Amino acid sequence: MTPRESVGAADAADERTLLSAADVARTIARMAHQVIEKTAVEPGEAPVQVTLLGIPTRGVPLARRLADKIREFSGAEVPVGTLDITLYRDDLRRRPNRPLESTELPPGGIENCLVILVDDVLFSGRTIRAALDALRDLGRPSAVQLAVLVDRGHRQLPIRADYVGKNVPTARQEDIAVELSERDGRDAVVLRRAGA
Amino acid sequence: MKHLLSAGDLTADAALGILDTSDELKRTLLGREVKKLPTLRGRTVITCFYENSTRTRVSFEVAGKWMSADVINVSSSASSVSKGESLRDTALTLAAAGADCVIVRHPASGAAHRLAHWLSEAGISVVNAGDGMHEHPTQALLDAATLRERLGDLTGKRIAIVGDILHSRVARSNVLLLRTLGADVRLIAPPTLVPAGVEEWKVPVHHDLDAHLSDLDAVMLLRVQAERMHGGFFPSAREYSISYGLNEKRFAKLPEHAVVLHPGPMLRGMEIASAVADSPRTAITDQVRNGVHVRMAVLYHLLAGEEEKV
Repeated sequence: MTPRESVGAADAADERTLLSAADVARTIARMAHQVIEKTAVEPGEAPVQVTLLGIPTRGVPLARRLADKIREFSGAEVPVGTLDITLYRDDLRRRPNRPLESTELPPGGIENCLVILVDDVLFSGRTIRAALDALRDLGRPSAVQLAVLVDRGHRQLPIRADYVGKNVPTARQEDIAVELSERDGRDAVVLRRAGA
Repeated sequence: MKHLLSAGDLTADAALGILDTSDELKRTLLGREVKKLPTLRGRTVITCFYENSTRTRVSFEVAGKWMSADVINVSSSASSVSKGESLRDTALTLAAAGADCVIVRHPASGAAHRLAHWLSEAGISVVNAGDGMHEHPTQALLDAATLRERLGDLTGKRIAIVGDILHSRVARSNVLLLRTLGADVRLIAPPTLVPAGVEEWKVPVHHDLDAHLSDLDAVMLLRVQAERMHGGFFPSAREYSISYGLNEKRFAKLPEHAVVLHPGPMLRGMEIASAVADSPRTAITDQVRNGVHVRMAVLYHLLAGEEEKV
């Protein structure tokens, strides 16, 4: 293997840490503030029920953390649910079979709520398209927004996030890995070169 | 997975994969207004039943439709089969008509295997929905799903399969699957209703139901299949019922947590007392309900993913 020039804080020749654990915490806190600001209603307006739906796997712990922060900052209790999109994917026939994750709506459902979809990485936009299709079968939210920890570009569909933790310009063959302590034992966002 | 022909073809991982998918589908669909998933849009599923059936055929049809597949039902009496067409020619017709999956029930043991042999080349999946006295793998899967729902993990669970083992494809499939899942299975039947070669099933066979009742986590009753019986397998229905029917007295001897299953159609007063059949500890309607989700899971595993390279 030929040694490559390391870029930024290199922990391995082909790996670069984009966000440390502290960065991840700060980023989620900032996103929580943005959600509070953007979903605030004018005095006299009818309040909207904000509901977070995490997309498995890593969107789920992210949604929980976001809800915790929103409670901490504003005192508002935000229901959290999960939305598995496997059955709505447009690439099912191109890949081996995958197991299903759970879909669990909060007890109040999503009817007339402001639903914020939460995912770790926004890439082609196909996951979000599938999520929008899945939502349509589950009820009629008053509006749907999207929060992602990392937006890495390369959209294949006209989809845009309302809340972005970090914009990361990437090459298509690079890989962004979001690691969260709930699943991976540590918090980090790592960029890996192709083949690493 | 290409075909589902025998419960014995499933590894523990594959079986648990289907059961987990079934659980998720059940939870996903719970309380939904639109009971429809787009997953199998554009796939064609043909059910081909050479034997009468209500629950299995309806259950497969509902499962396919809830996954958005196009489901077409062929029954032998209303098709060219009644004009004398062979199984192979019917199979090739279904293939030419554009089926992605054929679900077959046939009175001859091994029919589904033959069909799979003819249809494999065309890339068509075959599901065995009951072949003669041989196997009925989706019934075993839905029984396992129901047992898991009531008892949790089936490892080490003591399950008795009671009744007409000889004519039962349900019994064979259940023994194969439950053993794969690690359950402690025993058969309880009159000696005349135990098949030859049962020792190869590697499960104990007993003849005295009463001796086992207090020691069971689940009882699986089988229908006495009068239509397959030519000759005296037992003196009378009443005598069978006295020795092997699950009456209220026997039901009371079961542990508090024990579950009673019956694949249906059940003969009340014969294999099972009416009061037992309607007890909340009996999971017979759950079996039918889970049947739909299990069959959705089977279709998902057969048809949704990329075709396996052979």
